[in-house]
Amino acid sequence: MSHYEAPIREPLVLGDKSYHDITEDIARPIEGKANKNWYMAFYISLAAMLWGFGCIFYTVGTGIGVWGLSKNIGWAWDITNFVWWVGIGHAGTLISAVLLLFRQKWRMAINRSAEAMTIFAVFQAGLFPIIHMGRPWNGYWVLPIPNQFGSLWVNFNSPLLWDVFAISTYLSVSLVFWWTGLLPDFATIRDRAVKPFQKKIYALVSFGWSGRAKDWQRFEEVSLVLAGLATPLVLSVHTIVSFDFATSINPGWHSTIFPPYFVAGAIFSGFAMVQTLLGIMRKVTNMEAYITRMHIEYMNIVIILTGGIVAVAYATEFFIAWYTGSPYEYYTYLSIGAETGPYGWAFWSLLICNIFTPQLLWIKKIRRSFIWSFIISIVINIGMWFERFDIIAIVLSKGHLPSTWWRFEPTFVDVGIFIGTIGFFFVLFLLYARTFPVIPIAEMKTILKSSGEGYKKRREQGIPTKPTVVLAEKKIIEVDSTDKKDKK
Amino acid sequence: MESSKVIHALYNDDEVLLDAVKAVKEEHHHIEEVFCPFPVHGLDKAMGIAPTRLAITAFMYGITGLSIAIWMTNYMMIQDWPQDIGGKPSFSWIENMPAFVPILFELTVFFAAHLMVITFYMRSRIWPFKEAENPDPRTTDDHFLMEIPVKESAVEELTTLLTKTGAVEINVVDKH
Repeated sequence: MSHYEAPIREPLVLGDKSYHDITEDIARPIEGKANKNWYMAFYISLAAMLWGFGCIFYTVGTGIGVWGLSKNIGWAWDITNFVWWVGIGHAGTLISAVLLLFRQKWRMAINRSAEAMTIFAVFQAGLFPIIHMGRPWNGYWVLPIPNQFGSLWVNFNSPLLWDVFAISTYLSVSLVFWWTGLLPDFATIRDRAVKPFQKKIYALVSFGWSGRAKDWQRFEEVSLVLAGLATPLVLSVHTIVSFDFATSINPGWHSTIFPPYFVAGAIFSGFAMVQTLLGIMRKVTNMEAYITRMHIEYMNIVIILTGGIVAVAYATEFFIAWYTGSPYEYYTYLSIGAETGPYGWAFWSLLICNIFTPQLLWIKKIRRSFIWSFIISIVINIGMWFERFDIIAIVLSKGHLPSTWWRFEPTFVDVGIFIGTIGFFFVLFLLYARTFPVIPIAEMKTILKSSGEGYKKRREQGIPTKPTVVLAEKKIIEVDSTDKKDKK
Repeated sequence: MESSKVIHALYNDDEVLLDAVKAVKEEHHHIEEVFCPFPVHGLDKAMGIAPTRLAITAFMYGITGLSIAIWMTNYMMIQDWPQDIGGKPSFSWIENMPAFVPILFELTVFFAAHLMVITFYMRSRIWPFKEAENPDPRTTDDHFLMEIPVKESAVEELTTLLTKTGAVEINVVDKH
């Protein structure tokens, strides 16, 4: 009964799969050739990426003045995009770390892609802190390196410096977490590879993984400890990002609710992005048996939960703005201007996309529908961009002093860089989907017997998961060591 | 050891393998190694492998990271250049400590995570360009391989036992 699972649970692996089937299914996209659609998507993304790089070179070469920023609004699209991308990244760690701690088996089919999404999203996020600098070539001055200026250090009081530590720790820890999980799967691809070049590459990236019992024991412990470390890390990273605003003195930014509220928003938007990506990926890579309706529904449930937290946070912000008695706070949140002013459209986009639309997910039919989940996830991605934009631009546009009020208009360079990061993200993700096992092969095999449809059916009929040992004739093969070498 | 041969018994099911490991252990044979395509729950216990201490190393690395962060913030902000930056008290470390908490936390996690992973790679002897050592490529797909060193004279007896436990293939390999 070692693989017992309550019959009430729906299967997570559809069809009557065997261990070998799992390997075959997941290795197929890597071993096959890309089709026309893949190339089309890739070239479009590549064009967007190159356009974005052009805009970045133009910015750095000419000056930040080519953006729509002004002396009053010093942060707008740059930091909006930064926070948006960091937020998207967070679902990946949540799926791989938090759900691992909670022993959620459904995470296994989606964690590899979610982590890939994390890493590629953090790459995009990491661009903005550098390119929004006036003198990005002096960017290394943010590091506390001993130097010839009498050793002039950095100021550890600044949240922007905390960001440097948070983002680089987050990226590097996510990367080793992801890569360590990939080792056994790369080894599977390596041992199957027919083409010598492919075999070489996967032998290199699998670090010589051999799957010994001791290796697996350590592997599981490392995964668990990394999950335990990544969970507070993911909470701290977006907390620190929120400190960029919360530790300021601007009404609308100076708010103690920001850390948990930003984290909830990050998970909300991150899950929406996972939903968007997996909605497409399960179709194009034929992973319908592994990324099932159940997975989509579970993700939607997390989206309702975190969306609910975000909604409560909005309400709290507005309540406190009224309750505080500070005229500045009151003005920022409750003056007629916010809802109907120059950014009224952004404010209402936010409410409609983030608060109202996700409520549709309470309806089971919608929650379990692939197409509805996909549409709602896109809406949330847009809404969460507006949330960051509203927090940053609306607050900065109307500060303490009316003579500093200003309206922000993005230029084509602002927009171009954002489009470029989306292109860059998809370039990386498309390359990933063709060369990496998009579903963890080894992990799927550990849940096959408990959560596979075939095994569940067999258990219902009273057939044990353990095959009965048939006493066959001895199949002993005498091999001497020279033979063995030849076989390799 | 005087054993001159190695037996590679292949299984194609994790539960059968687990029973086989227990049966072989009961007969007091030494299992040199088991190669699996995925972590088999309870295998390390059945084989009698000692628990791993990687979590303990991670804890110690975390403490190291925390200490470095405390030393760094104190040295740079309080000892070397005790400046007034926006009215933050730089008279003692503890007064300005809240502003250092994010750094202390991140460095603790950074050290714990990375040094533990490096320790894992070193201990399990895995790194780029390392040659794989699983004797059969099927062990990363759907087969489980038990490796037992055996004396020439005991080969017959052991193969009989392994066949009984449900091995789908048994290879007797010369040790060199």
